Amino acid sequence: MKLYSITRGMVLLCFLATTAWAQSRTVTGSVKSSDDENFLPGVNILEKGTSNGTVTDAQGNYSILVKENATLVFSFVGYASTEVQVGNQTTIAVTLSPDISTLEEVVVVGYGTVKKTDASGSLAVVSAETFNKGVVNSPQELIMGKTAGVSVTTNSGAPGNTSTIRIRGGSSLSASNDPLIVIDGVPVSNTNLGGSPNILATLNPNDIENFTVLKDASATAIYGSRASNGVIIITTKRGGKDFKVNYSVTGTMYTAPKKVDVFSGDAYRALMNEQFPGNNAVLKLLGTANTDWQHEIFSTAYGQDHNLNLSGTAKKTPYRVSVGYNNTDGILNTYNFKRTTASIGLDPTLLNGNLKMNINVKGMYNQNNFADQAAIGNAIAYDPTQPVYNGNKRWRGYTTWTTGGPEGNSINLAPGNPVARLDLTDNTSTVKRSIGNVKFDYVLPFLKDLHANLNLGYDYSETNGHNNVRDSTQWIYLPTVAGGQINPYTATAKNQLLDFYLNYSKELPNINSKIDVMGGYSWSHFYSSGADSTMNQKSEAATRVNVYETEYYLLSFFGRLNYTYKGKYIVTGTLRDDATSRFAPENRWGLFPAFALAWKINEEGFMKESKTLSDLKLRLGYGVTGQQDIYGNDYPYIPTYTRSDNAARYPFGSSFYNTLRPDGYDQNIKWEETTTINAGLDFGFFQNRLTGSLDVYEKKSDNLIAYIPIPVGTNFTSSLTTNVGSMKNRGIELNLSADIISTDNLQWTVGYNVTYNKNEITRLNLSNDPNFIIPLGNVGGTTSGTIQVQKVGYSRASFYTYQQIYDTNGKPIEDAYVDRNHDGVINTSDLYVYKKPDATVYMGINSRLNYKNWDFAFSGRASFGNYVYNNVAANSTYRTLYNSMEYLSNVSKLANDTKFTTALNTRFSDYYIENASFFRMDNINVGYSFRELYKEKLNVRIGAGVQNVFVITKYKGLDPEISGGLDNNFFPRTRSFFLSLNATF
Amino acid sequence: MNRYTLSTFVALLVGSVLTSCFSDLDTEPLNKRIITSVSVYKDPASFKQFLAKLYGAMTLTGQRGEYGQPEINAPDEGTTSFLRTYWSAQEITTDECISAWGDPGLTEFHGQNWSEQNGYVQLLYQRVFINIAYCNEFIREVTPRIDGLSAGEQSDVKMFVAEARFLRALYYYFALDLWGNVPFVTEADAPGAFLPKQISRADLFEYIQKELEAIEPELAAPGTNEYARADQAAAWMLLAKLNLNAEVYLGAGNTRYTECLTYCNKIISTGKYSLTGQYKDLFLADNDRLRNEVIFPIAEDGNNGRGYGGVTFIIHAAVGGSMDADGAFGIASGGWSGNRMTNAFVDKFADPSGDTDHRAIFYTNGQTLEIDHPTVFTEGYLCAKFKNLTSTGAKGQNPTFVDTDFPMFRLADVYLMYAEAVKRGGNGGDLNTAVDYINQLRTRAYGNADGNIVAADLTLSFILDERGRELYWEAQRRTDLIRFGVFSGDVYLWDWKGNVKDGASTQTHYSIFPIPASDRAVNTNLVQNSGY
Repeated sequence: MKLYSITRGMVLLCFLATTAWAQSRTVTGSVKSSDDENFLPGVNILEKGTSNGTVTDAQGNYSILVKENATLVFSFVGYASTEVQVGNQTTIAVTLSPDISTLEEVVVVGYGTVKKTDASGSLAVVSAETFNKGVVNSPQELIMGKTAGVSVTTNSGAPGNTSTIRIRGGSSLSASNDPLIVIDGVPVSNTNLGGSPNILATLNPNDIENFTVLKDASATAIYGSRASNGVIIITTKRGGKDFKVNYSVTGTMYTAPKKVDVFSGDAYRALMNEQFPGNNAVLKLLGTANTDWQHEIFSTAYGQDHNLNLSGTAKKTPYRVSVGYNNTDGILNTYNFKRTTASIGLDPTLLNGNLKMNINVKGMYNQNNFADQAAIGNAIAYDPTQPVYNGNKRWRGYTTWTTGGPEGNSINLAPGNPVARLDLTDNTSTVKRSIGNVKFDYVLPFLKDLHANLNLGYDYSETNGHNNVRDSTQWIYLPTVAGGQINPYTATAKNQLLDFYLNYSKELPNINSKIDVMGGYSWSHFYSSGADSTMNQKSEAATRVNVYETEYYLLSFFGRLNYTYKGKYIVTGTLRDDATSRFAPENRWGLFPAFALAWKINEEGFMKESKTLSDLKLRLGYGVTGQQDIYGNDYPYIPTYTRSDNAARYPFGSSFYNTLRPDGYDQNIKWEETTTINAGLDFGFFQNRLTGSLDVYEKKSDNLIAYIPIPVGTNFTSSLTTNVGSMKNRGIELNLSADIISTDNLQWTVGYNVTYNKNEITRLNLSNDPNFIIPLGNVGGTTSGTIQVQKVGYSRASFYTYQQIYDTNGKPIEDAYVDRNHDGVINTSDLYVYKKPDATVYMGINSRLNYKNWDFAFSGRASFGNYVYNNVAANSTYRTLYNSMEYLSNVSKLANDTKFTTALNTRFSDYYIENASFFRMDNINVGYSFRELYKEKLNVRIGAGVQNVFVITKYKGLDPEISGGLDNNFFPRTRSFFLSLNATF
Repeated sequence: MNRYTLSTFVALLVGSVLTSCFSDLDTEPLNKRIITSVSVYKDPASFKQFLAKLYGAMTLTGQRGEYGQPEINAPDEGTTSFLRTYWSAQEITTDECISAWGDPGLTEFHGQNWSEQNGYVQLLYQRVFINIAYCNEFIREVTPRIDGLSAGEQSDVKMFVAEARFLRALYYYFALDLWGNVPFVTEADAPGAFLPKQISRADLFEYIQKELEAIEPELAAPGTNEYARADQAAAWMLLAKLNLNAEVYLGAGNTRYTECLTYCNKIISTGKYSLTGQYKDLFLADNDRLRNEVIFPIAEDGNNGRGYGGVTFIIHAAVGGSMDADGAFGIASGGWSGNRMTNAFVDKFADPSGDTDHRAIFYTNGQTLEIDHPTVFTEGYLCAKFKNLTSTGAKGQNPTFVDTDFPMFRLADVYLMYAEAVKRGGNGGDLNTAVDYINQLRTRAYGNADGNIVAADLTLSFILDERGRELYWEAQRRTDLIRFGVFSGDVYLWDWKGNVKDGASTQTHYSIFPIPASDRAVNTNLVQNSGY
């Protein structure tokens, strides 16, 4: 200690000597915070324009030697910076106020955080208070409609359902189009285990603090190999300084707003007599009842969701513990979703503040009863003149299509009794999942600006389920007729992650710069295995057993450099070198660079005085990201042979031999690369009363991984996953947020976002034949029909149909199509591309109004230019009414629009490709808050609202919003009404 | 632990993790059923299992029973079965069959108005050539490994290679018959990214002829090999068919009827083959007993070889209406109400009831003879020839997947080919022997001599009709109609030919199928057949 003071004295002398001509003084004082009057330790104090600085001690005191006429800058994370002219003072006490906007501005960008104003990439943050309220089952619905460029489509109305999330249109064909989801720094695997409803269903929406959506390559490049389709970073809530308890409960009632309009019993009898006059063979099959089958299988459902969390700081360790329980029924009878979640988050600090840790463990236990969703299609197709029960003994009393009377043999391919399907099916699963990670942030002892970060994460899940059906059921005829089925299955996935990176961040005031350098290494392992088998209820008859086990690894080295000059010119460069075990060693490594520039125009002299423009930042970004997420095969480059199972053997003499087959492989498969160029402008007017951003982007994907037919004779498969083409996405996004009214008692904020995206396939095969197509999109009701294609010059998965000819009344003429190639024959050469399922423009609008203790919010979305193939209508023709296996089927009343009777090729007519543009009001809710009850700490909010309020569309089917564009037996979206209570203490 | 120790520890940990992780990138398949090509031949059982795939690929569709691990991508895996699509191409395009399903590909078959985008043509093409690729791989990988085997194994495996060459010649024969000018790959062409060259029909003919002649001594003597495996008789049969149709494949004037007779005589003179007593037994679940008449089958087994193609398709697609699927056909899971006869074909039998000529195995209960609506299954007589019942009336093992084998080559066909080759002027046979052979068929069919013919009755037109009566629904008809020049055009009209009720003339270029558009787009070496 003595040595230290002497040294300090000598330094001071030297300092005085060398700068004798400059006078200086020592300033001391203390810093405290305005919200609770506590002294603040660790506050940075800097002599402006120099590198001379210090920090406040544990009592909030400081002492600094400064030159005359110095200015001191006081700054601390979460508080607004303050500058003080020293002047003649030697003691300066400073009070810092919390800056809420600064807190919001810090965003997680991947291996680090950055203030939003310093971010050079295109990203958007949706935080807890702007989430759609009342959402309890599916976290992705929290951000529906909130962000330009992000489209979230729920895939069905089933609780815990999966969703399709697309950021800027998606850039792949056969490889995954899903964005990467990162939860607290751990990328979560996108593949769903069978029996598990949704990867995001592991999260309780109440635990989520915010979503950061990274959209352009300069933002996503740091995740390189998995980020071609964008990244969604989810941050969960952390413990704060004070102890808080929060309990919330939501009760929801779910209804089916719309049913398929099919014929009633009486109308059906009339139609049959009209179509088959005097044909007793057909008419004798009619019954006398009037059954509304959809009504029999759907009913209003109820759900409840509870969540309790405790957070605070214990022994200097912030913590948050949360438990949740959700039990929701689906509107389809017997469908049920139960989920119990528990999570712990600890943020301890060790080694005198030099080692910060984040420990997260989340567990989920989920029980599902999936019911038999084929009952939905059967309810639309089942003859409405039949009663639900007909008193037979053989088929458990349920009306069943049989030959020779109600006790006769079943017609196995006829529709099954929907009520029987639900009653007699036990299709349940149990999913256990745990995601956790430990993150260490260590300040290196020899260099305070250098941090070492280590993140170890895991994602384990286990599913057990079975899909069993009782015997004496007509629709299960394999392995034995009326034998029922037992189909148990299990699946396990184990993923591990290790990230390590060093981060060096330094202010260089002498050159007015700040640099931030990061370099690191990442390793991930993905393993999954499973088994399933099928047998009849007596556990007899040869079984089909399937066992699989597969894994892959990802490795990478990455680095990022961020340089800021004068606080207003920002340059970011990222480089990533990724390797995947899925490709051969020669093609394994991919190099993905990114580069971005940002210019904070509002910090410029000429802008600073502006009264109207409060924020203006120009961003330019360029980056390359990679994709290797191929479905179904983790070893596509290795030549292998597959041995058949015992049900696919061939006999020689009197013995059976398992067959050995060489499998298709592509030695040369390599990374799919997407190059994105983005230009954006972030702006704010009137002190940020109106803020927004405008982005223009172009994404080009090359070496697209696609599953295409290859020349016959050259490999051991007809279609191969290989690199095969290019695709382009171009678009504009606009995000606006306006605080229209902002007074003490009344605040009203409106947000609007709109995206225009154009997708085009630019190349599909090496021979560049313009007529080459890849068919896809199976048509329900046929064995081999497809309705979509990938074709150069058109949008992805465009529809491919015949061109319908209409009569003078505008009705389609049955099987009359335009002979587009004028060869006198109507055949598959006359198909053409007509419309596409992806929207051209989509927008979201949301509003939040607060009046004293009341709050009122709504949120809606619109989509234009998206078309849907109405497969339900395509299957509804008079031909379907009677099947030569001797059963009758109901059809949608849309059959009356066409009056088709023979329906040879009618399913492939462009008449069934309908415009599915829509506006949907997703959510309206209202709430009242009781503040500062009981010890002035208890806040209670009660709320009520509606989800899926209404939809405006011209589409004739059940719902215009179908992911993928093919509408066939869709589980209807529900309209739900909820009441909620949220109490915080 | 102080900071420095911690830092060193962290650095060491990181360093060791880094180096061990690079080897993770060389991971290999974990599933025991998937074996890398490097290690598969270490197991001596692999040779016969691979051979089983070459044969099995005539009917099975993948490595998992029923469905699940197909090699050809299609919405319905059953349609990737060779026998199913070949049978459809050979039958539904003719007077012997019309489908009620209304599938666009099949409607175009019966209408003879398909384009190069027809889905069934593409599926058949992909299947034939993937089977050829498997045969090439077998010959390429197994031949050099023979020397490393023990003496006993060597002779077995040598015969395996000969059989692989036979199967390849068989698949190329189908390619020759269906498309003519096709891409050509042999064991010299290892898998990879290249564009196969096209071979002309004439050159392919010569290749098949040479291959079969070369392997003849290496195949087993007729009737001595295990059931379902090829032998010399199968090779002779294929040579006989190849040469019988030579004029179609090589052009007018290039006839090889003498060669055809040579091979027919080789088969007949072994003395190993004779006609079965009852015609109907050839198409029942226990027809694997009938090695006396069946020269080469496609074997099926309802429990061990399950798929929705093959004979399972042939039987199910033909059953529906008021037929008793369970009791009368052994397929309790029910028929698929697809295929039935045109009345033009039913007319080939003077008495369609089957009482006189027992080969007329039709089901007429609840069916009309006239077909006014192609998609109504109850119009048109049904064919009850193939059944999943044994000759004693017992049902097959499985209510969905059948045990009935498909008789691809049988003696009756040899007799008919002999008669035709003699009639067309080939040397090596005489008319009286031909009449005698035909009368053996007729006697079996009638149960007595009432149906026998004399030399004057043996016209070419009679032979075509008799081939229909004897071999209907055995995937022969299209080839026969083309050879007799009545497949296209209006000389022979049958119901719904050209998708017109009474039949319409069709263009001659349809006697050969188009190279599928999907392959022509990826292989620019291929020139399309004329007319498409």
